[in-house]
Amino acid sequence: MGLALMLLIWLITLVSTYFFVAKTWWLPAGASAATGFIDQQFAFTYIIMGIVFVAAQGLLGYIVWRYRQTPKSPPVSYSHGNTTLEIAWTMLTAILFIGLNLMGSRVWASQRFEPAESGAVQVEATAMQFAWYFRYPGPDGTYAKTKASLMDPSAGGEAAVGLDPSDPSAKDDVVTGTMYLPVNREVDLSLRSVDVIHDLFVPAMRFKQDAVPGLNIHMHFKPTQIGEYEIACAELCGLGHYKMHGMVHVVSQDDFDKWLAAQEAEKQ
Amino acid sequence: MATPATVHSHAPQGFIRKYIFSLDHKVIGLQYFFLALTAVFVGMFLSLLMRIHMIWPTANLPLVGEIKPETYLALLTMHGTIMVFFVLTTAPQGGFGNYVLPIQIGAPDMAFPVLNMLSFWTTFVGFVVILCAFFVQGGAPLHGWTGYPPLSAVPSAGPGEALGADLWITAIAIFCIASLMGALNFITTTLDLRAKGMTLMRMPLTVWSWFITAILGLLAFGVLLSAGILLLMDRNFGTSFYVPLIVVNGQVIGHRGGSPLLWQHLFWFFGHPEVYIAILPGMGVASQILSTFSRKPIFGYRAMVYAMLAIGFFGFMVWGHHMFMSGMSPYSAFAFSILTMCIGVPSAIKTFNWLGTMWKGHIRFDSPMLYAIGFVSLFVSGGLSGPFLAQPVLDIPLHDTYFVVGHFHLIMGVAAIFGIFAATHYWFPKMFGRMMNEPLARIHFFITLAGTYAIFMPMHYLGMAGQTRRYSQFTEVAYQTKLLPLQTFMTYAAFVTIAAQFIFVINLFWSMFKGPKASDNPWDATTLEWTTTTPPPHDNFGGKTPVVHNGPYEYGVPGAAKDFVMQTDPPTQPVH
Repeated sequence: MGLALMLLIWLITLVSTYFFVAKTWWLPAGASAATGFIDQQFAFTYIIMGIVFVAAQGLLGYIVWRYRQTPKSPPVSYSHGNTTLEIAWTMLTAILFIGLNLMGSRVWASQRFEPAESGAVQVEATAMQFAWYFRYPGPDGTYAKTKASLMDPSAGGEAAVGLDPSDPSAKDDVVTGTMYLPVNREVDLSLRSVDVIHDLFVPAMRFKQDAVPGLNIHMHFKPTQIGEYEIACAELCGLGHYKMHGMVHVVSQDDFDKWLAAQEAEKQ
Repeated sequence: MATPATVHSHAPQGFIRKYIFSLDHKVIGLQYFFLALTAVFVGMFLSLLMRIHMIWPTANLPLVGEIKPETYLALLTMHGTIMVFFVLTTAPQGGFGNYVLPIQIGAPDMAFPVLNMLSFWTTFVGFVVILCAFFVQGGAPLHGWTGYPPLSAVPSAGPGEALGADLWITAIAIFCIASLMGALNFITTTLDLRAKGMTLMRMPLTVWSWFITAILGLLAFGVLLSAGILLLMDRNFGTSFYVPLIVVNGQVIGHRGGSPLLWQHLFWFFGHPEVYIAILPGMGVASQILSTFSRKPIFGYRAMVYAMLAIGFFGFMVWGHHMFMSGMSPYSAFAFSILTMCIGVPSAIKTFNWLGTMWKGHIRFDSPMLYAIGFVSLFVSGGLSGPFLAQPVLDIPLHDTYFVVGHFHLIMGVAAIFGIFAATHYWFPKMFGRMMNEPLARIHFFITLAGTYAIFMPMHYLGMAGQTRRYSQFTEVAYQTKLLPLQTFMTYAAFVTIAAQFIFVINLFWSMFKGPKASDNPWDATTLEWTTTTPPPHDNFGGKTPVVHNGPYEYGVPGAAKDFVMQTDPPTQPVH
């Protein structure tokens, strides 16, 4: 029985670890400035925890087999514990865990304590059951007012976010269903929701943030590779949660300017 | 030493007073156990439907029909709520705690037997109310077991958010009241009704774990109850605690100025300690069983007690780690993160001590021991994904993905369930006077251990790859569709594991009536429940009150006549 149990525990450990080491499934390829830091911290945590995992499960399996009761077992070692050992592994674990934490906190601070760089492109993301809309303030650099009473999700676009046409700065506001971003330029993102909580999750950008009704949350990130990236809603928002899908198109600055100009022209 | 408020040394005779509205903590413990057993099968059936729907979304199932996305979310909500409240909180504490704690401290009953009966029947009413949510107009709510408003506060936000959601939150509120009554009873009993010589540091670790769990329950359920009442008021009386000005389906909803984050703070102030409410009794049971079946004293008894106290203490200061992505201040994320890492330390100490207990022992592989070893393995596996999620920066890719689902299912779900299996096999002889069937138990153990790993370990891979949780289908997001083969594997693993649970149930009921008769102390164990007859008499010790002379884990004492010294045996001089 001890042998069978040891083999099962070791087999589970081996198979689990194999897929982690082989990276059969792994973080999706990153395409933002934060990717390097986050992936590095992830890999480091993963190596430490992987070693502890293999050591603990390996030892558990070994002990179970090695100290199974047999007619020839020597008397048990009668011991109520060992204070020195207790203190040693308490200190060790505390240093390990808290050290790991402090390492990661630098990146967190740079992302969330600081505002966006100056010259960042301004985008407002509005979430609603079950769609994303993205608004660009246009040449005047000002988002026009929106009104709850004007919101009409079934109409889509400007009507969905409730853009108030009586506000003069509404004239150049562009509202789209796909997020266009210039490459290598920081994005100053305002995140809003009109109904329930949603979450803008862009795995390739290493970006995730809840959109909370009543709050306007400012975030920033910097795409570093041209391409098309998927958005998935990551906060349960109702029956269409699974299909609340969107796209981010990261393009060159030139293409971005052309795209925005075309949108403005279409609006006029 | 006080005596219970209601002294009832004569056993009641009528069927109703004896088995239905019983004041005997042993009967109430069994009532809780069978309630949890019913609930776990309901919860498991719901998870089976979910796993089928994810892989074959358009399958037309017998009796159930085709599962729609909103039905999937209703299954998910009810699975989580039923499992967390009516299984993981009910069985370890209400079930085994009720049955065993008074006997282990040498008391004739709980301190407040009537309150004890009330808390069970209140829990039962809560269970009936939550089941009703399936059968009302719109069905069960779809907002998940965490019920974040505004989704959970506005009836027009989705199917099931009307009467179904009212029943859901009402059932939780009823459960909170029941748990508060239970917690008071456990705390008073432990403090006031211990037999002579049963000092705090001679209490079995199971008693410590139920005691600390009760303190957590007393502090946590009150907050959830208040939060639930506020939610009911938002839903029905036009208040705006949680809901700001919002527009649902183009309709302006008449709330102003509420904060959705307030609910999250209140909910997780309960929700995080709840994780420990589910797992602490399992830790106590694992300690008890690992020592008994290694024939060795527990390694570091005091360290184990202090570690549980530390887990309970820190458990109330880490709720914000559920909210790193919620829009909460990023500065507070920093504090919550450090405190969360701190809670890993006592958890690691416990693991070291369990390994130290088995080290150089005489390990006997009776079924309770198998489950206890499984508990340790699962606790390690589930615990080690914690330091990932505790770092806000790693929460960016991992929050609300399957990585989280795998983490909490391993540690709070399956590890706690293994604690329940271990407790069931360990105390079954005392409860029913018969032994369970060992070969069946072994088959069940091996399939379940391998099966749960096969279901929940792949969730970590899925989470790393960005698979978001609570998606009823993976057809809409291209990168997620690629992960479908792994999901399919998990569904097949779930079929096997769920099927294996019937082995457990068959063993349980067959052994209850046909198992070989059990002796008073079949495991050669030391604690007080093994000094009395099997099953124990109505007042537990047949009119005598035990006197305690020894610690709870005196196994392999050099020079002793047997390899164990019971707590009531004449005092020994333990050699350190």
